[in-house]
Amino acid sequence: MLRPDFTTVFRAGLANGTVPAGTSPDLPQEAAQRFAVYRNNVAHSLSQALARRFPVIERLVGSQFFAAMAREFIAAHPPISPVLQEWGGAFPKFLEGFAPVGGLPYLPAVAGLEWARGLAYHAADAVPIAPEDLHRIERPRLHPSVRVLRCNHPAVSIWQANQPGQDGRVSARGHEIALIWRKPDLSVGTMSIPPLQAALIEALLDGATLEAAALVTDPVPVLGLLLRENLICTTGV
Amino acid sequence: MALRAGTGVGFKPQHFTAIQGTAPDLAFFEVHAENYMGAGGAPHAMLTRLRQDYQLSIHGVGLSIGGTHLNSDHLQRLKALCDRYQPDSFSEHLAWSSHGNEFLNDLLPLPYTPQNLDRICDHVDQVQEVLGRRMLLENPATYVTFAESSIPETEFMTRIARRTGCGLLLDVSNVFVSCVNHRTDPLAYLAEFPLDLVDEIHLGGHEEEELPSGPLLIDAHGREVAQPVWALFGHVLDRRGAVATLVEWDNDVPDWATLKAEADRADAMIRERDSHVAA
Repeated sequence: MLRPDFTTVFRAGLANGTVPAGTSPDLPQEAAQRFAVYRNNVAHSLSQALARRFPVIERLVGSQFFAAMAREFIAAHPPISPVLQEWGGAFPKFLEGFAPVGGLPYLPAVAGLEWARGLAYHAADAVPIAPEDLHRIERPRLHPSVRVLRCNHPAVSIWQANQPGQDGRVSARGHEIALIWRKPDLSVGTMSIPPLQAALIEALLDGATLEAAALVTDPVPVLGLLLRENLICTTGV
Repeated sequence: MALRAGTGVGFKPQHFTAIQGTAPDLAFFEVHAENYMGAGGAPHAMLTRLRQDYQLSIHGVGLSIGGTHLNSDHLQRLKALCDRYQPDSFSEHLAWSSHGNEFLNDLLPLPYTPQNLDRICDHVDQVQEVLGRRMLLENPATYVTFAESSIPETEFMTRIARRTGCGLLLDVSNVFVSCVNHRTDPLAYLAEFPLDLVDEIHLGGHEEEELPSGPLLIDAHGREVAQPVWALFGHVLDRRGAVATLVEWDNDVPDWATLKAEADRADAMIRERDSHVAA
């Protein structure tokens, strides 16, 4: 008969608390406490990793609640790669369906914003064009970090109000559109932008010509921001 | 390609500005491979900058060498990282951290059996072949032992190194943690450890809990290196001679000055032995 692999037995024990047979044979009365160190390490380290990715969600629900919620998320969507910064994309959707946070309907939007910020932080590098070269470019290529996020809640205001040192109070209501980008100092910028500016940037992200994008709205303020933040790039690396 | 016999520090991004401002006299920085597998941005900019001034050790925490199989996608990403930065050392752990497709984010223990020895040797061979370089394998901190184990840990590691040609990374803190936890003598462990195969040492802080039979030490990397670990480190240096030594502090990371003071302490002990050897 094929015996289950050792790691399979150990993994099952991490989930259900069953200590694998033959653990700590010299101190069997302590086997459960010793095995529990691994159970705690796995649960705690993954929960911490999720909290690092979604710090505002943690602040909004409190760290104890977050850790309990993280356990549910981890059970449903465990990381499948050792590169933990790539894990958590399913968290916004998970929050939508997680009944205990039904009273905080803005959480998925804020989580989506935090996820997008992480993507921008790690996005590929690109070489910005010199502002005087803009007139030579037909289809401006935006920096890979640039994202426009249409939120059905004031996610940007909530995110800003819950940064360290802020009091968490939000007066904004309704929808917001977030612009997320990597700044020249490599930190990630987050701001709310008006609908027409968002539409213009989305057009450029879709590969529109500058001429076509300019039909949406006056392009000068948007281009000014994009150039200032080094977000219009050459097509090379 | 090897780290020089000096002191290194585990790099934390929050220390980057202080490091740039003070240009510390360190031999190397070590980074966790998995934190530098994004496409671009600040992590790569900082690592590229550090690489210009210091030797680099890339330390994997996710390859699961002790698991049932290696994740070949992840191994390819490690190769890309090593090809890009040409580190002076690459190391991983005698542990497993993935089950099936699932990554568990902890260094989990395994029984020291002939079957596991064969499997780990295959994995180390595979890593060294794909990366095109010799790797170092680190001894674990453990909280349990297994009835199934038939080979002492020191012999297990020695046999892996002899069969695969890999080097060893001796984590002196892990030796102390494991030996205290299993009520054995760290000096006896070190007496059996093949110090001639050791190309790097790790030192890190641990936490202490209490069990009915005595203390249970937790390898938490969240505080200063404990006094008995410094003593063991001195003992290893006396026998092994100066060797590249890393101070690691991964949780509750202190300010740069505090971390640098720990590194300075290790460095003073290495230099003391170095001058003895020279004299």
